[in-house]
Amino acid sequence: MANTTVLVPEPARPLPGLSINSSQGLLQWISSVDHKQLGIMYLWMALLFMLVGGLEILLVRVQLAVPRNTFLSPEAYNQLFTMHGTTMIFFVAMPALFGFGIYFVPLMIGANEMAFPRLNALSLWLTLFGGSLMYFSFLAGGAPDAGWFNYAPLNQFNYSSSPGVDYYCAGLLLAGIGTITASINLVVTILRYRIPGMRFKDMPVFVWMMLLTACLVLASFPALNAALAMLLLDRQLHAHFFDVTGGGSAVLWQHLFWLFGHPEVYVLILPAFGIFSEIFAVFSRKPVFGYAFIVGSGIAIALLAFGVWVHHMLAVGLGNTVNGFFSASSMLIGIPTGIKIFNWLATMHGGSLRFTVAMRFAIAFLVEFTIGGLSGIAFAIVPIDLQLTDTYFVVAHIHYVFIGGTLFGLFAGLFYWFPKMSGRLLDERLSKWFFWLFVVGFNGTFLVQHVLGTLGMPRRVYTYPDLPGWGLLNMISTAGGFLMGAATLLLVYMLVTAIRRGPLAPADPWDAYTLEWATTSPPTLQNFDRVPPVRSARPWRDHKRPDDADHLKPGKKKGVHGK
Amino acid sequence: MENRLLMKLVVATETLFFLALLLVFVYFSLGPGFRQQQLAALDWRTTGAFTLLLFASSFTYWRAEASYRQGAPGRLKGWLLATIGLGAVFLLGQAREFHGLFTRHIDLAANTFGTSFFTLTGFHGLHVLAGLLILSILTGLAFAGDYDRPTSSIFSAVGIYWHFVDIVWAVVFTVVYVLPHFMRV
Repeated sequence: MANTTVLVPEPARPLPGLSINSSQGLLQWISSVDHKQLGIMYLWMALLFMLVGGLEILLVRVQLAVPRNTFLSPEAYNQLFTMHGTTMIFFVAMPALFGFGIYFVPLMIGANEMAFPRLNALSLWLTLFGGSLMYFSFLAGGAPDAGWFNYAPLNQFNYSSSPGVDYYCAGLLLAGIGTITASINLVVTILRYRIPGMRFKDMPVFVWMMLLTACLVLASFPALNAALAMLLLDRQLHAHFFDVTGGGSAVLWQHLFWLFGHPEVYVLILPAFGIFSEIFAVFSRKPVFGYAFIVGSGIAIALLAFGVWVHHMLAVGLGNTVNGFFSASSMLIGIPTGIKIFNWLATMHGGSLRFTVAMRFAIAFLVEFTIGGLSGIAFAIVPIDLQLTDTYFVVAHIHYVFIGGTLFGLFAGLFYWFPKMSGRLLDERLSKWFFWLFVVGFNGTFLVQHVLGTLGMPRRVYTYPDLPGWGLLNMISTAGGFLMGAATLLLVYMLVTAIRRGPLAPADPWDAYTLEWATTSPPTLQNFDRVPPVRSARPWRDHKRPDDADHLKPGKKKGVHGK
Repeated sequence: MENRLLMKLVVATETLFFLALLLVFVYFSLGPGFRQQQLAALDWRTTGAFTLLLFASSFTYWRAEASYRQGAPGRLKGWLLATIGLGAVFLLGQAREFHGLFTRHIDLAANTFGTSFFTLTGFHGLHVLAGLLILSILTGLAFAGDYDRPTSSIFSAVGIYWHFVDIVWAVVFTVVYVLPHFMRV
């Protein structure tokens, strides 16, 4: 049933790309239930919040540039770093990953729409208004100021009396419901709307990873939503969930939050793994090496994700048995992640590599994410954790995985799929400038923070004494941050000029493998009339090279054909 | 059939939500004084009677669904109205119970028993209310003649939700009202 045409009220003509130039103007976007338009709006939303969240942290970096600085008040400092973390995770990384998922999953499985188009629109608007509601707190008496994980008792009214934390709860509840509905939609779409003939083992890796991500969301967000509801009850109706003086438990918040929070880490990285798997394969001109292992290790990660949350709480003092168990499980989860790294290396090995900007971000990811992975494994060792927890070493670690992993994945995906989404090509020379500026700025900011953390600089401090080396290292970090900021502005400039007057993109500029490249660039409102038969994980390549199709060579050694 | 899969996924994620609330209740119930307050505050007989009414609504809904499949819109409307009636009576029973506790100064702010009891049962009540709204919409559409022929999967999808709300209550009732009577304080 998936290849039958879906009845859509609008005529089947090309969408207005990324610009607002249809006869109905903005109204066409606001009222849209088309998965491609909604995906693009998710991405615009993520870019907007990225600029805001980036500005917030640049102010924080100015404050930290020199010792004993008084650029920001302590209250403003707390609000800015809290909003930065919450924004980047919930309103930049998640919407951007879901934006790519909602745009490309139906295209990659040969479907014309998501299973529930109107629910799809609801998900976007819930997420957007959740973010807007959280930002409204700036006007309503103060933003949330207890950190993005908002620990009790700091999140209680006695310690944070501005309404910020209430807006944090309400905004994240709304956005969380939006994420859950989007995930349900993705699961149903992937399970029921694949083109006939596409078996599970023919699904593109990105589709697999979005399926796993959606399942992780469904299993982890209830814990967050329950915790947020309890916190709202604590603050508004004087309940005693996390209020220690009233018999509540502060550690309860940590358990509920990290029971959500650690799977959330994999929610943020698995789709990026999917994007990288597509890019490594296409730009090495080889099928991805060890498809079954990439997918299988993804499943292993998704299952293990629920057994490691206490490694965020090793310093709480839950006892040696508990700490030992979660230390072991956290090291265990490094194995499937390591398997993937070797899969991608082997995909590149012997391939005919093309160093496009998407591929450059993918290769940079291999280096940066490995650094972040190794510092993560360090934290699984309890004595190291006790020494380094709550220092800048943690800040360096999370940014190496979130930027070096998730954000590089988003950038790689953007450079890979931009021609498809907009019908335009980005300026190659400026794109390379952007890549180098961002990578240098990123490493300049966070590499030195490993040293700062080891020297003992605590995270989230408003200012610091003039200890030997601290001022210099912090200044380097701030300079790197501004380099990343400049690179981000360059990206915005590149996107806007490319959309306005970039050269037109062909339908399949990268000679790629999967079905989204079988459509025009940008795709028409109705994605497909017909889809080439799917007999392998690279159906579009099979269609382009019928004599060399993957399903014709079952016995051939994997990983070397396809040139 | 997409509707049924959608509802199964909703139920799966909601199950974990209630599991979180239930675990918090159980965790707090290990604290000092909690069990005595629980035994003193709750009357399992009255609530048990209302519980039976909620279970009965699952039966009436099952009959409504069967009537729809057999293409009997008249009986469908009757069973739907009965389901809504039973669900509404259950909610009124909960409101009465809450009111009684409030007059004895047991509320969310009273202690950890109040906090976890009202949150757990209150969220279940909210889900019953949501179910009643959905059933009212379906009943309205049924009276408008939308369901005269058995072509939609809507009743079977909504059924998954309505029975889920019932099962949640079975667990909540057991843990909150019944089990403390079988434990040493």
